[in-house]
Amino acid sequence: MRNKLIALVLILGIITMATIGAAGGQEAKTSEKMELTFFYPVMVGGPLTKLIDQLSLDYQAVNPNVTVKPVYTGNYDDTVVKIQTAIQGKNPPDFFINLATQRFSMASTGVAIPLDGFIAADGAQGKAYIEDFLPGFMEDSFVDGKIYSIPFQRSTMVMFYNKDAFKEVGLDPNKPPTTWAELVDYATKLTKRDAAGNVERYGVGLALNSGSAQWGFTGFALQNSIGGKNLMSEDGKKAYFDTPENVEALQFWLDLQNKYKVMQGGIVQWTDLPTQFLGGKVAMIYHTTGNLTNISNNAKFAFGTAFLPGNKQLGAPTGGGNFYISAGISPERQKAAWEFIKFATSPERLAQWNIDTGYVAPRASSFDTQLMKDYWARMPQAKVAFEQIPYAKPELTTYEASRMWRILNDNIQSAVTGEATAAQAMRNAQAQADEVLKKYQ
Amino acid sequence: MKKMKRTVKTNLTAWALLAPSLVFLLTFTVFPIFRSIYLGFTRYELGMMKPEFIGLKNYVDLFGSAIFWKIIGNTVAFSLMTVIPSMVLGLALASLVNHKRKGVGFLRTSFFYPVVMPMIAIASIWMFIYMADSGMLDQFLLKLGMQPMNVLSYKESVKPAMAFMYVWKEAGYLMIFFLSGLQNISGELYEAARIDGATGWTAFKKITLPLLGPTLLFVSTIALTNSIKLVDHIVIMTEGAPNNASTMLLFYIYQQGFAWFDQAKASALTVIMLVIMLAIAMLQFVKSDRKIHYN
Amino acid sequence: MKTGHKHFHPAFTIGGMALGIIWLIPLIWMVGTAFTEASYTMSILPKTKPTLDNLKYVWNAVPFGRYYLNTLIVVVATYSVQFVTVTLAAYALAVLKFKGEKLIFIIIFIQIIIPNDVLISPNYMMLADLGLTDTKLGIMLPFFGSAFGIFLLRQMFKTVPLALSEAATIDGCNLIQIIRHVYVPSSKAAYLSFALVSVSYHWNNFLWPLIVTNSPENRTLTVGLALFAKSKEAVMQWANVCAATFIISAPLVIAFFIFQKRFINSFVSSGIK
Repeated sequence: MRNKLIALVLILGIITMATIGAAGGQEAKTSEKMELTFFYPVMVGGPLTKLIDQLSLDYQAVNPNVTVKPVYTGNYDDTVVKIQTAIQGKNPPDFFINLATQRFSMASTGVAIPLDGFIAADGAQGKAYIEDFLPGFMEDSFVDGKIYSIPFQRSTMVMFYNKDAFKEVGLDPNKPPTTWAELVDYATKLTKRDAAGNVERYGVGLALNSGSAQWGFTGFALQNSIGGKNLMSEDGKKAYFDTPENVEALQFWLDLQNKYKVMQGGIVQWTDLPTQFLGGKVAMIYHTTGNLTNISNNAKFAFGTAFLPGNKQLGAPTGGGNFYISAGISPERQKAAWEFIKFATSPERLAQWNIDTGYVAPRASSFDTQLMKDYWARMPQAKVAFEQIPYAKPELTTYEASRMWRILNDNIQSAVTGEATAAQAMRNAQAQADEVLKKYQ
Repeated sequence: MKKMKRTVKTNLTAWALLAPSLVFLLTFTVFPIFRSIYLGFTRYELGMMKPEFIGLKNYVDLFGSAIFWKIIGNTVAFSLMTVIPSMVLGLALASLVNHKRKGVGFLRTSFFYPVVMPMIAIASIWMFIYMADSGMLDQFLLKLGMQPMNVLSYKESVKPAMAFMYVWKEAGYLMIFFLSGLQNISGELYEAARIDGATGWTAFKKITLPLLGPTLLFVSTIALTNSIKLVDHIVIMTEGAPNNASTMLLFYIYQQGFAWFDQAKASALTVIMLVIMLAIAMLQFVKSDRKIHYN
Repeated sequence: MKTGHKHFHPAFTIGGMALGIIWLIPLIWMVGTAFTEASYTMSILPKTKPTLDNLKYVWNAVPFGRYYLNTLIVVVATYSVQFVTVTLAAYALAVLKFKGEKLIFIIIFIQIIIPNDVLISPNYMMLADLGLTDTKLGIMLPFFGSAFGIFLLRQMFKTVPLALSEAATIDGCNLIQIIRHVYVPSSKAAYLSFALVSVSYHWNNFLWPLIVTNSPENRTLTVGLALFAKSKEAVMQWANVCAATFIISAPLVIAFFIFQKRFINSFVSSGIK
């Protein structure tokens, strides 16, 4: 027994040494071949990690000297945390996909570098490359006139609706609602109750959990604001939360829940919403285009996609992630990262990416490719996202974006759960936002 | 002379044996405490080369912030909602499984298994139990002809819902301390009580409870400490929603430090947390008649 | 067997049994859902056909194999190092009289009062200073010194008769040999208790590994599950999330069902953590 115990301890000891050795060994590896680390998030359905792995393998096949190691870092919130943690831990990735909305923070904290130098070095080709990106997406790449990021996995919010449910209640399945008034009308018809008065199907669904509410709200704010004014100034230093129009927009949400009772009360999770839609528990949902593949693979009914219903005008939020290159790595590595980014954002790659995931390809020329034309023929629902882009604007983007998101989310939730009125909630949000942003004025 | 030499040698040996442990305890417990105290007096955000001394400003900001007090309130409320119920239940379960009878093995197993499951796994399961409308709880309510509650959505219900889950996980853990306490109570006492006609509840009140005194105190510190540092489930279930109704102190530290990169605020909050932990420990040491449990 | 009060009201017994069954519902639902076809309605007992598809899907979608290995390495290596540090310190505190004993006790008490879970922010900075973020070593390092383990073994070592070690000294054993041949073998129960508590703590730990790790090469099972459950890659998610939950909690739960008594006794001693 004693010998056994000693042997056990010895074995455990060896394993430990090996582990520590392995951990040390990784650091010591010399880099004749360059290995670039690349953080990326996945927010939408479908096994995207496999596609990204494939992307890096494809790149390696063409560029045998550069290995790109993609690291899946969770959803967007988690990824923001991970990137900053890695930088704080002095172990930054070489490049990464982060929310477009993080660009002010990425620039002001010196985490990412401006890319204008690389673009200029590519000459006329570089200029043509940048000009090919759709303005709706390219708009949120700039900080103080410099380009800090390249659009990649970009999405916008569209409405998914259940055509079978439309038919069932006598609505034309090819005429989704186009205004708030119609939305209320349709949703009322689509809401189905059982004999006891319990709701079997809601008319409309929106995700209101932390990290999602602010996205949907951007859309409603854009639809209702004067001249389509957004929630913040373009330089990211001011928030406009407590305008009467935004209060109205929030009140409209509350009315959908409490007055018309056509939307689930309380907070529905972003991730539960598609499941509820597919399960027939809600007839129309506001969700990302990124969920299209997922929904079309699993829907057991006919479904359609539509523009978000407008009010004063049409409006929709864009969202999603851009490529950034880290500061604090060697110029050679930065250059290599730039080459990979160009590879990943070639028109065909982006078209394929759009088809595989439902993200909207951010380059105009992607939509001229045969790939895309075939795809639209096969899946007409995909076209809506592209057509809506001219009406779309960036979601809430300011300095300290994570904190600002939290403020807006918290206060929207306070109204949704009845702690505050819409007006109080937006006033509180404004006060808290001003407090955070005052040092940037 | 010889004796002194031996003392020196013993001292050296002792310190040499302790050195490996000390290195880690000093580096990852003692030093970090001082570092937090220091950083709590500074401004230190992402992108800053060095922390900048700002005195008590972090504390002034925190004490002046409604969210901070809400979170302290949440933490206290959650502790109240979990500590007492889990102790009462733990004691009840312990009395139930205290002696050999049919089914006791089954009961011990079924009450204790949540303890060996990761909180993350438990939160993932309970998230579906609590899910709006389609979740098991709301389905159950519907079957009873009641309205679905969507418990995680509302500030009134989110903490009780989480507390209920936690009591489910923790009661089995506390059960075993009560069990070892109960087994130290002599059976003869109950025998004598029975002859006097005191059984069941009376015996429990007159014999069990008083004799369990030290165990109760000890278990209450464990329960309190555990409930205060519980955080994993928030990451999975709500991220603090709705409007910070489920944000607890340690989750707030995580947010400040790792989502908003304000390590100085996180440090100030850590110091506040340390003070609370220290206060709980005092409770144990001051109130306990027994000498320290460990000796 | 010492007894408590033997006489229960039958209602108490029946209520107890009912409670025992209620306690099992989440587990039954989780396992049932993990092993049956996904459906849009939840029921405690599965109503759809049994299948391994959920498990297969999850296993392929998330590198759980890798996470298993990482978790095993973390758990085993942490305990191995603790075994050594704790044994040496416990011997010094149990047997030797030396200057500064009080100081050591204070340091040990500090860790008992303030567990590492609370010190995430300063400890992360420490790892960053050491350049050990995103390493398995970084996950383990703060736990290499264990006040709980030291106390537990010091208790045990105190019960070892001094005569035994004196005899060993006369036989020519040096200090390390005495510890190894006299103290360690007579404290097997304490080592096992410590092992169970340490292993289940590190198997289940989440926030610290979440903060420390970035890459799949170093992530543990709990971090993998959280990323999966929150990204919710697929619809019909509860079947998949249950499958993932099953994958990460099965080993300890099954081990517990088998060694129920041993586990429970070990956790009694963990109270001093």
